[in-house]
Amino acid sequence: MFYESIEEIVKAAEDADLRISEAVLRDQAAQMELSEEEVYLQMEENFDVMCESVRKGQAEGLRSTSGLTGPEGFLMALYAKGSGGLSGSFMTGVMARTLAVSCCNASMGKIVAAPTAGSCGILPGCLVSLYEEGKYSKKELVMAAFTAGAVGMVIASRATIAGSEGGCQAECGAAGAMAAAALAELGGGSPRQCADACSIVLACQMGLVCDPVAGLVEIPCIKRNVSGVMNAFAAADMVLAGIPAYIPADEAIDAMGEVGRDMPRQLRETSLGGLAATPTGEKLREKVFGKND
Amino acid sequence: MNVFDIIGPVMIGPSSSHTAGALRLGKVAMKVLDGREPSEVTVELSGSFAKTYRGHGTDRALLAGIMGYKSNDEEIKDAFEIAKERGIDYRFISTEIPGTHPNTARITIKSKDGSVITVQGASIGGGNIRVDNINGLKVDFNGDHNTILILHQDRPGVIAEVTNLMREKFSDVNIGNFRLTRPVKGGHALMTIEIDAVPPEGMIEELRKLDYVLNVILIKSI
Repeated sequence: MFYESIEEIVKAAEDADLRISEAVLRDQAAQMELSEEEVYLQMEENFDVMCESVRKGQAEGLRSTSGLTGPEGFLMALYAKGSGGLSGSFMTGVMARTLAVSCCNASMGKIVAAPTAGSCGILPGCLVSLYEEGKYSKKELVMAAFTAGAVGMVIASRATIAGSEGGCQAECGAAGAMAAAALAELGGGSPRQCADACSIVLACQMGLVCDPVAGLVEIPCIKRNVSGVMNAFAAADMVLAGIPAYIPADEAIDAMGEVGRDMPRQLRETSLGGLAATPTGEKLREKVFGKND
Repeated sequence: MNVFDIIGPVMIGPSSSHTAGALRLGKVAMKVLDGREPSEVTVELSGSFAKTYRGHGTDRALLAGIMGYKSNDEEIKDAFEIAKERGIDYRFISTEIPGTHPNTARITIKSKDGSVITVQGASIGGGNIRVDNINGLKVDFNGDHNTILILHQDRPGVIAEVTNLMREKFSDVNIGNFRLTRPVKGGHALMTIEIDAVPPEGMIEELRKLDYVLNVILIKSI
């Protein structure tokens, strides 16, 4: 496969009567000249790193290297373990794990870029939550990561996964779209429904700018990972309920790429606009780096 | 591109350009050290590196790279403490190196044997780097391939000697890229040779024995 369109992947899976993940694993093993088992095990290793980053990011007293953030994962996990909060214990647990991985990243911990370091909380927020809550087997979840990966490859090839090129919609948007396709497959959705879940997330994140305070992968990135996860679950549940996307995934990806190109440079990871340019954003920058021109 | 470019790499956060890329620049310096133990490390940081290196752990990543760690080693976080244990003094200076990429670092390392090396390069995004200068000589490579740097006297026939040696004794070696730089005619010149595979046993030593070759450094793909 060329991973230049979601349609190609959906067709390949449908024609072979496979899930997207199975078709992708088979294809990737062939392209990498490895056995399917070797490729699977490599993905399992990455999944294990995700689980470990969830654990580390929930530690009490964790601080980011800049000192600006750190307790988010711990606080949310504590809250989730209590009454479960307004959205229920599963969803608050998902938020806690997502925050934890992003906090692990900001504190120089080990993470899996998925697809980037800035959006690294989203896929583990979905997959590790379903694993720890016992909803799916490890094998099923590791396989789902191949579906996510295939979606990410298409987004990288048709549009971009870099905040500096396409804003946050290209990072957290892409990660959410990847996660949604994986979730839709886990939930028993068809390859077509996986594609629709991808499209819906991109629609919901369309236009999101990249405006990190002080140029650091912390504010608002850590919380935007949570919004990416919530979008992913919502999109997967919508398609599983039988709601179509209306706009095909490939067209949504192209639109995201176009919107990214039209985005002013101030809103593409330069920290010259958005939240980074607010009075408080400026103050936080000075707190970390001191006054400069 | 394969699926692990998207679900991966496994890396130490927070930023591929300011952390992983910085580490790789440090690693180039380590290769140039060629086994010598560093005693004093000075890093001049320019552009975005100068302004934001603390918050991204760029300083620790550079130091960890110089000490030989990989971009997924958790020791990166403790690079300052590890350097102290190894008796390495380090300092980081914010400066402006004119005409360079926004994420540029100039690394100067004094070894325990008194020798000094310098490496200047940039982190150009996604963990990718470009090395601009080694020991005062202009270079241009990215560390993705095995790179052989040959410092030599600029005079007729030296390049032919090098390529002939490769052809005659190490015929499996295929050159993917070749570049020559020399600041002045007849002075010191530098060949940058990228090769496809790992250089065969003994090749670097043989190259060092050639007439007018002053030094050969192998920078394995990083």
